[in-house]
Amino acid sequence: MSARPPLIETRALGKVYSPGTPAEVVALRGVDLRVEHGEFLAIMGASGSGKSTMMNLIGCLDTPTSGTYLCDGVDVASLDAAGRARLRLEKIGFVFQGFNLLSRQTALENVMMPLVYAGVPVAEREPRAREALAQVGLADRAGHKPSELSGGQQQRVAIARALINQPPLLLADEPTGALDSRTSEEIMALFERLQAGGRTIIIITHEQPVADHADRIVVMHDGELHEQGWLAPGKGK
Amino acid sequence: MTLSDVMRSAVFSLRGNWLRSILTALGVIIGIAAVIVMVSVGQGTQAELDQMISRLGSNRLEVFGGSARGPARGGAGSEASLTDGDARAIREEIAEVQYVATSVSGGGQVVYAESNWSTRWEGVNADYFPVNDWQLALGEEFTPRDYSAASKVVILGETVRRELFGDADPIGATIRMGRVPLRVVGVLESKGQGNWGQDSDDLLLVPLEPGRRRLAAAAAAVAANVSGATLAPRQADVVQRISVGVGRAEDLSFVEEEINALLRQRHRIAPGAEDDFAVRNIAEIVSTRTQTTRLMSLLLGAVASISLIVGGIGIMNIMLVSVTERIREIGLRMAVGAGPREIQQQFLAEAMLISLGGGAIGIALGVAGALLASRFGALPVQLDLQVVGMATGFSVATGLFFGYYPARKAARLDPIEALRHQG
Repeated sequence: MSARPPLIETRALGKVYSPGTPAEVVALRGVDLRVEHGEFLAIMGASGSGKSTMMNLIGCLDTPTSGTYLCDGVDVASLDAAGRARLRLEKIGFVFQGFNLLSRQTALENVMMPLVYAGVPVAEREPRAREALAQVGLADRAGHKPSELSGGQQQRVAIARALINQPPLLLADEPTGALDSRTSEEIMALFERLQAGGRTIIIITHEQPVADHADRIVVMHDGELHEQGWLAPGKGK
Repeated sequence: MTLSDVMRSAVFSLRGNWLRSILTALGVIIGIAAVIVMVSVGQGTQAELDQMISRLGSNRLEVFGGSARGPARGGAGSEASLTDGDARAIREEIAEVQYVATSVSGGGQVVYAESNWSTRWEGVNADYFPVNDWQLALGEEFTPRDYSAASKVVILGETVRRELFGDADPIGATIRMGRVPLRVVGVLESKGQGNWGQDSDDLLLVPLEPGRRRLAAAAAAVAANVSGATLAPRQADVVQRISVGVGRAEDLSFVEEEINALLRQRHRIAPGAEDDFAVRNIAEIVSTRTQTTRLMSLLLGAVASISLIVGGIGIMNIMLVSVTERIREIGLRMAVGAGPREIQQQFLAEAMLISLGGGAIGIALGVAGALLASRFGALPVQLDLQVVGMATGFSVATGLFFGYYPARKAARLDPIEALRHQG
């Protein structure tokens, strides 16, 4: 594993909103973070700590104002909006707190959606989407609309959608924020299974029990990142 | 992202809100239908006018005798002021002149066997045929000898032939006008309804000389019957009308001036005195009408274009609403890997689909409307594929133009803002 470059590497990453104006906000102050392939990392922090900014940067949705960010070896700062979109398509699967499913489309159609942008031939789309749904245990719910699914099921559909293009990184922003604790456990168990399957997972959360599923926890505070240390393999729970 | 992906997604999202989609397209539907109807009617009218000009012989000037003076003034041509000499002078002294048709005319009863018909006759010279664009359907034109020897021969208009002969062959038959027997040598090709609604085929032609005799006879009859009639004894070389064919339309006004000058000189009209003849430029009258029609079509087209613009604005408006409504969806699509290009394509495709669909419905309605207008409104309508193609192009352009801004707005959204958007 050490022979490969890290999947995520940031050096002195800084982000300032509205620089040079009275509304200037320094959201990140020189963050160094390395995430190796296959890791399961939790980023914790209170609101306003800069963890959302961190997530946007890691997810290539935003560009840093200083420092560098290499996503699987690619310098994100050198890319334009279309290039970042391409990178997200290939490297990152997003899971959101609010699921963000298209309400008029079935679970299967929601999962297939990213394939359109990846240029996957029409004939291959449905089998791949069914496979992804099976992976999250929803093979029998393919034809249901989001409104006909429970919160946990909706989040599984969203995870299947994030997996469909087989990105190396799953980036989850408060994935259990809208779920009860039992369903949260199920979702986290799913993440662990996916990690076991070789995927790198980063979740942003403010809930300790959720973070405890990760191999490693980092805490954001005032735009700075603090390693909370490695948990023992097997996570000691 | 393939074109079929783009189209499928556009169809899907428009179907989801089909009533709104149709209402949005309504502007384009009405606009395109209006363009088609207006342009078809405009072109039909134009074509009719063009045909009318060519029937009139566009490069033509008419010279009439002046109005007769007396207790009651006669109309143009009632004074026998034009002569063969005038016609000859026009032909010889004005180089641009191509034809000089001289004629006299009158009305009369013609008889053949049991049938009779009241019609208009004209005594003509050989140039009369090309100037008036008359072709013969049967028989032949008068021979040079017919003109010089004042033969009693006649060429019938189609209406006269039908009334007198029905299905019988008229060539060689002899009809009578008054007491004068006339041998039929030809029948004119039908021109149908004239420019102002009269029957162009209700006439017969004789050589100029027999015509003059007929005229003299009629004048004598009038003089005998009406006391105080002031018609002067006819000169032997009188003509009532000289139709001048000019080679090129550009020369018309110049030739008109030349004729005026020539005739004033020949008739010894003092400077400042009134002409005893009148020159009319028919092409001018017609071209004025043509210009009016052209202006009308332009106005109709402008009205139609405005409704198309209004339709386009409607599309833009709804597309902007749609972008705002679907901000989160746009953010999501961007997050999963859609670039600005893909987002722009998607919204542009929706705008195009609305306007193209509206255009298709509009074309159908417009064609139907144009056909109805020609059938029940008795309007001249000319429908051609060019108009339909133009309308299709217009609707595509409307979609592109008015869809571009909303689509670009969607494509330029910040994915973070879009994902965070509440609504």
